[in-house]
Parts: sequence; C-alpha cells; structure tokens
Amino acid sequence: MEPVFAVLTGIFLTIAVYLLLSKFIIRMLLGVAILGNAVNLLIFTSGRIMREVPPVIGAGLDVPAGPTANPLPQALILTAIVISFSFFAFLLVLSWRAYSSLATDNTDAMRVAEPVDAQLPPLGY
Amino acid sequence: MAVSTSPIDLSAALVLEPVAALDWLVILPVAWCICIGAVLMMIRQRGGLQPLIAIAALCVLVALDAGLLWHVSQDGPATMVMGRWLPPFGIAFTVDLTGALFALTAAVVALIGAIAAIDDINTSGRRYGFYPFLMLLMAGVSGAFLTGDIFNLYVWFEVLLISSFGLLVLGSEREQIDGAVKYGFLNLVATTLFLITTGYLYGVFGTLNMADIARKAASLQDTAPLVTLTALYVLAFAMKAAAFPVNFWLPASYHTPRIVVSALFAGLLTKVGIYALIRVSVMLFPFAREQLSLVIAIVAALTMLTGALGALAQTDTRRLLGYLVISGIGAMLAGIAIGGAGGIGGAVFYALHSMLVMTALYLASGLAARLGGGFSLATAGGLYRDHLLFTTLSLMLFFSVSGLPPFSGFWPKVMLVKAALDNGAGWLAGALLFTGFLTMIATGRVFLLAYWRPAPEGRATPQEALPVKALLPLLVLTVLSVLIGLLPETLLGLVQNAALTLNEPSAYLKSVFPAGSMP
Repeated sequence: MEPVFAVLTGIFLTIAVYLLLSKFIIRMLLGVAILGNAVNLLIFTSGRIMREVPPVIGAGLDVPAGPTANPLPQALILTAIVISFSFFAFLLVLSWRAYSSLATDNTDAMRVAEPVDAQLPPLGY
Repeated sequence: MAVSTSPIDLSAALVLEPVAALDWLVILPVAWCICIGAVLMMIRQRGGLQPLIAIAALCVLVALDAGLLWHVSQDGPATMVMGRWLPPFGIAFTVDLTGALFALTAAVVALIGAIAAIDDINTSGRRYGFYPFLMLLMAGVSGAFLTGDIFNLYVWFEVLLISSFGLLVLGSEREQIDGAVKYGFLNLVATTLFLITTGYLYGVFGTLNMADIARKAASLQDTAPLVTLTALYVLAFAMKAAAFPVNFWLPASYHTPRIVVSALFAGLLTKVGIYALIRVSVMLFPFAREQLSLVIAIVAALTMLTGALGALAQTDTRRLLGYLVISGIGAMLAGIAIGGAGGIGGAVFYALHSMLVMTALYLASGLAARLGGGFSLATAGGLYRDHLLFTTLSLMLFFSVSGLPPFSGFWPKVMLVKAALDNGAGWLAGALLFTGFLTMIATGRVFLLAYWRPAPEGRATPQEALPVKALLPLLVLTVLSVLIGLLPETLLGLVQNAALTLNEPSAYLKSVFPAGSMP
C-alpha cells in the first residue's frame, strides 16, 4: 500500500511546486493548499499504513493484543492541518489585500518595497 | 463502566517522582509568554497600560532565562516531559547551555525592543496588537530554543512565524503588504520543507525526541539516508536563516515594517534558523554534517560576501542593514561548516553578538532617520555636529558589526578564523576577514554620509536633543557589546562548554534518559 501513497504524494508535490513557481499569486495560493495536503499524506505514509486495526486496548489488557495502526502520525497531521489551514487563510487575506492596494497579482510587477529605479549611494560629497 | 483492577506498573510509562522545583524553569519562559500574550490580547484597547505590562513581563522573562542559564551551567542539561510520560514518549523540553544562552539573549533583545517601542509604536499600532504579538513571538522563540522534540520545534517555528506576520503588516502600508507577500510565501515554503523532512525522519527513526534520535543515529548511519535528511534540513533552515542563495525574502521585507519590528526581526528570527541548524546538524547528525561540510562552507562564504557586497550597493540604511544581517548569517554558517569546539563555539558566540548588535543598529538607523531626515544616504547628514553621544554610540556599533576590537564582534571572529586555519580552510578564514573589511567600508560610508557630512543646505536641522528614554535602548545594547568585548572570559567559557555539549551530547542524553530508564 505504501508505494501507491508514495507515488501519490510525489504527484501532489509536483503539482504544488509547479503552481508555486507561477508568477501569479492566485496560482501560488492553490500551490500552497496542495502543498499542505501533500505533506499530510507524506507524514501519514511515513507512519506506515495498516488498515482496520484501531489502536484500542481491549478490556482487561495492559497492552494491545497485536500490531495496531500507528496513532501518532494522525496526531501530527492534525497539528499540521490546523497550521497549514491558518497559514492559507492568512495568505489568502494578504493576497486579496495586496491585489486591492497594489492593483496587481503579478509578482514581477510588485516592486513597491524594492523600487526598480533605486539609486546607488553617493560616492562622496 | 468497571475500572480495571489489574495492578498496572505505571513506572513503565510515567515518571513517578515529582518534577524538581528548579526544572520547572525549563517550561516557565514559554508558559509565561503565552499567558501574558493572552492577557494583553484581552486588554487590546488599553494603549497606555500595554507597554507597562509587557515590559514588566519581559523583565520577568529575562530573570527566568537567567535563572535557567544559571541552573543549566551548574547542574548540566535539564529536562521536563509534558504529562510526565517517560521519554521518548511525550513531548520533552530539554535545555542545554546553547538553548539557555540563546533564550536569554533573545529575552534581552525583546525587552529592549519593548522599551524602544514606547516611542516608535503609536496608539493605533498598540490597538492593532503590537505587544500581544511581541509576547507570542517570544513564546515561539523561547519554545524553539528550549524544546527537545523535533516536531515541537516545528510547531514553535509556526508560532513565531504567524506572530511575525502580524508584526510585519502592522500599519498596512503598501510597502509592507508587498514585503509581507514575499516574506509569507517563502517562509511558508521553508517551514513546509522542514515538516516534510520531519515526516521522513519519523519514517526512518520512528521517534521525534531529539535525544532518542541522536542515540539511534550512530547505529543507523550505514543503512538509513541520513545525509539526505540532513541536506533537506540544511536547505530548510538555511532558508529560514536567509543563507545565499535562498535569502531574497529578507532584503525584500525587512525594511518595510516599523523600525522596532525590523530590529526585533533582525535580532530574533534568522537566529532561530541558525540555532535549529546547529541543533540538527551538529548534535543529531554529526556524520552527515562532516560529509556536507564543504557544501555548507561554500554557501557560508557566498552568503558572507554577497551580503557585504549587497550592503555596499544600498542607499536605504535599513536595506543596508538587512544585507549585513545576511552577511552575519554567513559567518555563523562558516562556524557550522568548520565544526569542532572552536567552530561551533564561534558560531554560537557570533549569533549571540549578532542578536544584540543588529537590533541596536536598526534602532540606531531609526533614530538617525528621525534626527537627520530619512533613511536615504543621499539626503542624510549633520548628525555629528548636533548629537555627539548618539554618534559615538553608532560608531561603536559600526566597529562592533565589522568585528573590530574591543567590541563584541571581535572575539567570535577570532574564534572562527582560528578554527578555520586549524582545519586547513584558509580560504574560509580569508573570506571571513575580507567580509569584515567590506562591512567596515559599508558602515564607514554610512558614518561618513549620514553623520560626518554637514546637513544639506536649506534643511531645517532639528535642534532638539534626543530624550534619554529614546537613547536608553541603544545605550544598553552598546554597553553590553562593549562589556562582552572587554570581559569575554565568562561568555567564552560558557560558549565553549555549550559547543562541547553539542559535539558530545552524552550529558544531554543522560538528562532525557537517566541511568536505568534506557528503553
């Protein structure tokens, strides 16, 4: 099962990188969203996949009877989902704000902070 | 439901003896910052009260971190596990000398920033939440320095990143939005790469506790892709620390926010990346670091030189300082590339010096802009005649950042050059010294144009002397820099011990896994 998920993660990451390389912020945002999901899938696969054996200890036992699914990656993913969602929300608002105040979503044209015609410092006085 | 009556041996899973009183210091800095941040968030509308609470809270934070440093230097690394789980289960906070030194310096920088912000952040900035963001930023920074769990380190990175977003866009000017877009996307990619690598690391090791990883890494070095893991970590942390060629977010954004925010960022954020890189490459994967040392050395030399050359080409003093931050990162990377007690100790020492001095330089550029009419070198001038004390302090800081004695920049540079020469990397020592020379030219030109040159004709020179409270933060940082330069023995001893603990982490391991509890 893991190889299938590994390939799927690879496809997700490829798409995310391709979109992040775009000049247009809206595509970069889509790339960020897919990147977050690619990472979640990656952590899930890293924890090894085992179906239909929930990590629940039966009554009267101190340890599980046999091997169970690994619960830790799910806790990690839960944290990562919350964080990547909040980041995505912030970047979405920031991008909308950038679009409305800079009047462009092309990163090549966003030169307010780094003006194209910045002069060199004077050589003497 | 009937409770199971079978006797359960809790000592197999939990730490049964209560936590020693002093070990609470390990978690207190983080908990304190989060609590005060929440309180400040609730009284967001009380602009007058906020600075008082924040400054008092940061004074307590400095005391806590100083106590922690004293505790660690006396008794060795200290560990506290959340929920009293037996390591490697549960999230462990483990502090060694390196973490305690970084945390204390960061707290001092934040305290100075909070004092300087009284003048610089106006009512709307306070209402927008400058002080709560500062406290949460400190929670993230302290957490990153104190944690002993690599996934937890990622979480603290995100905490400090999201607070830094809030600080960066404080004011919502067009420049800030522009800078924040670049800062936001590139830092997100860097932390995601960190998370990806941590996922791989979990797949290889099955544990996230740093001490456990360090213990297992030695036996896995032939069978597991440790060099790949380390290379990915180096790329992720180099991006966070702004190393060439993944540093272009820094000069695009660091000059846009309020000057206090720039000063805090220059002092805190990139250094967290350096700290994480030291922790991972030196303590967890020392063999992989040796294999990658040439790559890191080349990156270090290019970072130093492009940083210094970039500083030479800037007219805006804030952007010039941004390039000097990058150049300093290169010196720290050089220490990591060299390795050994000298190299790592030099890198840690340089990071501590850089946190203090870069913050002071940004604050000085803010004051200079207020007194001399703007940040542009083309129009500044006339500071020397009217503001002698301020000029003296600035000149001392310029010398310090260039690495001249008797200031704090001198000793780490000596350590790094000596370590480079001892390891036969003469070209790296040359790059370090040449960078110091270029930095001297860049800062010397700032002094010549903004301070020494008479004010341009026709500009009404503000005659008012600087109030003491505006000069106080700068004065404290400069005095610290001079003191470190004149009396380096204590700090040198601490830094060398810190490097020894990193290179030979048996004390760190013993703190997490006391004898007998090795699983």
